[in-house]
Amino acid sequence: MTATYDKIATYTTPSAAADYTFTSITGTYTDLICIISGENSTSDQGVAAQVGNGSVDTGSNYSSTYIFGDGATPQSGRGTSASNMLVGRMANSASNSIIHFMNYSNTTTNKTVLGRGNDGVYVIQHVGLWRSTAAINTIKLFNLSSVTFAAGVTFTLYGIKAA
Amino acid sequence: MLNNLATILDQGVAASTTSYESIATVTVGASSVSDVVFSSIPSTYKHLQVRYLAKSARSGNTLDELNLRFNSDTGNNYAQHAVFGDGSSANTQATTSQNNIELGSGWLGTTTAGSQFGVGVLDIFDYTNTSKNTTIRVLGGLDMNGSGRVGLGSGLWMNTSAVTSITLYAQNANLVQYSSFALYGIKG
Repeated sequence: MTATYDKIATYTTPSAAADYTFTSITGTYTDLICIISGENSTSDQGVAAQVGNGSVDTGSNYSSTYIFGDGATPQSGRGTSASNMLVGRMANSASNSIIHFMNYSNTTTNKTVLGRGNDGVYVIQHVGLWRSTAAINTIKLFNLSSVTFAAGVTFTLYGIKAA
Repeated sequence: MLNNLATILDQGVAASTTSYESIATVTVGASSVSDVVFSSIPSTYKHLQVRYLAKSARSGNTLDELNLRFNSDTGNNYAQHAVFGDGSSANTQATTSQNNIELGSGWLGTTTAGSQFGVGVLDIFDYTNTSKNTTIRVLGGLDMNGSGRVGLGSGLWMNTSAVTSITLYAQNANLVQYSSFALYGIKG
């Protein structure tokens, strides 16, 4: 049996930041997991991702389906043919998002992502789609509506390698 | 409190590199298969995790279900709950005394759905314990740019035997090429 859950990279924002991008991600793993931990500068907001090979794809090649609850009524929503996919949610207080990039380096299937996030009101789960068979080696993460990540937010990328 | 609880319950919390190990992987080749079986699973771990990307050959429907059995038990010894969103509403679903655990509800891609595969992370807890029934949870989804589902499910095998094999299969058709299932062991 081989130990197979490795940390690839970690970044901590030194000051408020609009986004963070992992680049030159090795293709040697099966799945990637990104954990964002910290808080937003000003308000609760959804976290989105753009991915690509060499650079992020900014075309309308993404979609998302999500379910969320606020303690009262569960709801579901969707975005289609968008320029990013929803993958998490961060709060204006301590919060986290965990994002699974499944089979990110294969070149035969479109890429599907599972993500979960929460703030003080909502807990939300997403499935996101990038309609491309290219391997992912670049991941950009940012809040919607130009909300910035506060100083001290950590972005940690792990790789999981199947036998 | 909400933040802390969500963190504890989520998948993917980092394990140390020495406590999360790859046991086996099955990737379906050019010929579709009726099921994928992990057998002779070692008992040296505390929990198991299956991470999958899968699609079935079902025609005429964009959704299919991924089902699970333990130790080749085909009796009506399983139960399951799920909550899922379909892009417009949140729904719940449950089965009792079934002959398999339905992993979620319609989270498996199909040939009809095109290039999209369903994905999921399945956790099997305390699988060697012989004094309690075995429970699982699954986080999964499928997006098809305008349709699809995402959700969270739980399942029960009403048997106290240690889990030594896992059978995964699509409910309505064979699993197709590039479907991939990776089994990991998590030490306690």
